[in-house]
This record gives sequence, C-alpha cells and structure tokens, in this order.
Amino acid sequence: MFNVSVVVFPGTNCEIDTKYAYEKLNANVELVFHKDDTLPNNTDLVVLPGGFSYGDYLRSAAIAKFSPIMKDVIRFANEGGKVLGICNGFQMLLEMGLLEGAMKRNSNVHFISKYHSLRVINNDNKFLQKLNVGDVLNIPIAHGEGNYFIDEQGLEKLYANKQVLLKYTDKNGIDKNPNGSVDSIACICNKSKNVFGLMPHPERAIETLLGSSDGVKMLQGLMEG
Amino acid sequence: MKIIINIQLKEGVLDPQGKAVHHALSALNFNEVEDVRIGKQIIMQTNETDKEKSLERVSKMCEDLLANTVIENYEIEIA
Repeated sequence: MFNVSVVVFPGTNCEIDTKYAYEKLNANVELVFHKDDTLPNNTDLVVLPGGFSYGDYLRSAAIAKFSPIMKDVIRFANEGGKVLGICNGFQMLLEMGLLEGAMKRNSNVHFISKYHSLRVINNDNKFLQKLNVGDVLNIPIAHGEGNYFIDEQGLEKLYANKQVLLKYTDKNGIDKNPNGSVDSIACICNKSKNVFGLMPHPERAIETLLGSSDGVKMLQGLMEG
Repeated sequence: MKIIINIQLKEGVLDPQGKAVHHALSALNFNEVEDVRIGKQIIMQTNETDKEKSLERVSKMCEDLLANTVIENYEIEIA
C-alpha cells in the first residue's frame, strides 16, 4: 500500500479533493493536522494541499511554515522523502526554503481561476516520469499570488539541474504567461528531485467528464519508484 | 517601545500592485506620477527598553517571519 499524508492547516481547502484523487489511485490517504508533531510512520508521500492557510495573512504561506508539523515535514524531505506542494503548498515550500524563489501577486493583480495549458519541460523526475517532454496538459489554476520570482543566477541553476518541470503555455504548447512568472514557470523541484511545487491543481484534473484527467499521470508518477 | 517596520519589494523586483495603482492614477489624470511602489507597515509595541537590543530582536523577527528576504527589504524605525 502507498501511504499519502495530506497536511491540513486552518484555511486549507483542497485536502478532500487531494484525498479523493489519491484514493482513486488506490493509495491510503491520511489527513494530518498541522498541530501534530510527527507524520504517520509509514508516510511515502507528503502533500501540502491548496487553500489559504492562515487567511494568507502577512504573505501567502508565511505563517504556515511555523506550524508544529512542519519540522517533521522538513526532516522527511531532507531524508529524501517525497513532498508535493500544490498552490498554497508550493508557496509553503518556498517560504520554508525547501524550494528556491518566492511568490508575488499575479501581474494583473487579479485572482485567476481557469483551465490552463502546461508544457512538460523535464521528465527525468518522479513527478513527471509518466509524461514526455513537450507534452501539453490541461490543468486548472486558481491563485492570486502565483507570480513566481527567482533571480537570474538562481534561474540558471534551475535550468542547469533540470529543476524547471512545467511552463504555462497556450494549447499548442507555446509559452503563454497568465501571472507574470519568470519564464512562464509553473512547476519546479529541488536539486535532489524529491520536493515538487506547482501552482496548477493536478488533483482537480482526474476525471475526463469534469474537463480533464491530465493530472492523473502526475499524481501516479509520485507513487512509482 | 514603539517600533515601526516598513517592508517593500526590493529594487528591481516588479511590483504588480504598484503598477496597477499607477495605472489607475493615470486614468484619473494624475499624470505627474512617475512610479508607485506599495509596501506594508507593521507597528508594534514591545516592553523592551534597550534600543540596541530592540533593533537586534526586531531584525530577527523580520528575517524569520515578517519579511521574505528573497524579494523584500525591511527598514526598522524605533520611535
């Protein structure tokens, strides 16, 4: 059995979708409260789900990083455990320093909620291993602060280590930037490729009937190898 | 002790809020405005009486929580 721990903060609102998606893929999913000190022993994957932890007060995800459970999430990540941060979860990984860069307000200052195309840039990692470089996916985005920023030096390193995983595009796979992110970047990972962060919501794209099932292969990727 | 902290996006980091407000001011014919940057101000009251110690503690607060030093600068004013 593959065991997923989904961390719930005050203001998180995507934990049930994330649980549903992973249960549909036959994983065992546990919701872990942010005040807990330790992750369940058998955890194979930690998901920091989307939402508005602590009302986005001060900055998105600024306060969540001090929740008691986060010490153990950092330990888990540093020991090579797989961690996925979706939307607000991505912002947490940046605030905690598990991923490099920072989030700013969307360049148009509006909350954007719609399907968006994404192109696979690198697939030599667990998250996108079931996809091909150049594949164009259709995944919902829903955020007000998804304007990814990293300085030039940092960006060069991301490219050199193949840490840039997805970019925002039009449906033909040509770069198209909804929020002002540097180089239209939508998803990155850390250098050792066990911590992944993205603004789009793969857990909302698991049923063709509801618009798209392009998120399935991403979520599955983390369950293999 | 009253402490005022001003937090702003670093120079060179594009400020979407500032840009939107600049645009709106231009639409209202405030054409003299050349640039707008928006930051935040945090005002706190502490029971510390030593200025230097205050500065040290508040700097740590900024580094740890109040500012994201990847994109933001902070200035501390002790009133």
